[in-house]
Amino acid sequence: MEIEVFQLVGLGIIAAILALVLKQHKAELSLFIAIAAGAIILLMVTGRLVAIVTVLDDMARRANLDQSHLSVVLKAIGIAYISEFGAQVCKDAGENSIASKIELGGKIIILSLTIPILVGLIEVILQVLT
Amino acid sequence: MTEVCIAMSVDIIFKIAAIGILVSVLNHVLNRAGREEISMMVTLAGIVVVLLMVIDMISRLFNNVKSIFQLY
Repeated sequence: MEIEVFQLVGLGIIAAILALVLKQHKAELSLFIAIAAGAIILLMVTGRLVAIVTVLDDMARRANLDQSHLSVVLKAIGIAYISEFGAQVCKDAGENSIASKIELGGKIIILSLTIPILVGLIEVILQVLT
Repeated sequence: MTEVCIAMSVDIIFKIAAIGILVSVLNHVLNRAGREEISMMVTLAGIVVVLLMVIDMISRLFNNVKSIFQLY
C-alpha cells in the first residue's frame, strides 16, 4: 500500500520531463501534461481521502456532534481542494491574475458556507449575555 | 482496481506527450513546405484531442471530490 509514494514521485518526475521536452515546441500541450499529471496525482490519493473522511465522520457521530457542522467543514475542504487545483493550473499557464481570482472566489464561497454557523455562534453569545 | 486505474492514467500522460511531439514535427514539416494554414489546423486538432482526454480526467476528479466532501 505504501508503494504508492514511489508511483507518485515517478509519475511526477516523468511528467515534468515530458512537459520540459514539449515546452520548447508546443507550450500549450506541455500545460496539458501538467494538468493531467496533477489530476492523476490527486486521483491517486482520493482513496486515502475517503478513509480519512470516514474516520472524521465516525468520530463526529461518536461525539454526538451536529452533522451539519461537520458537513460544512468538509465542504470547505472540498472547495479549497478544487479551487487550489484550478488556481495552480492557471498559475502554470502564466495567468497569475486569473489564479488569484479563482482563489478569491473559492474564499468567498467558503465564507458564504460558514455564515450560518457564525450567525448561530452570535445568537448563542446573545443568549448568554441577556 | 486502483492499480489498473493508475496504469491507465499514466498512459494518458504518455499519449499527450506523443501527440505533442507528433504535432510539433508535423508543424515543422508543414511550415517547411509552406503550408502555414494547414499547420495551424494540425495544432488546433492536437489541442482539441488532448483537451478531450484531459477534460474527462478532470471531470472524474471533480466528481470524486464532490462525492467525498458531500458537495452537492
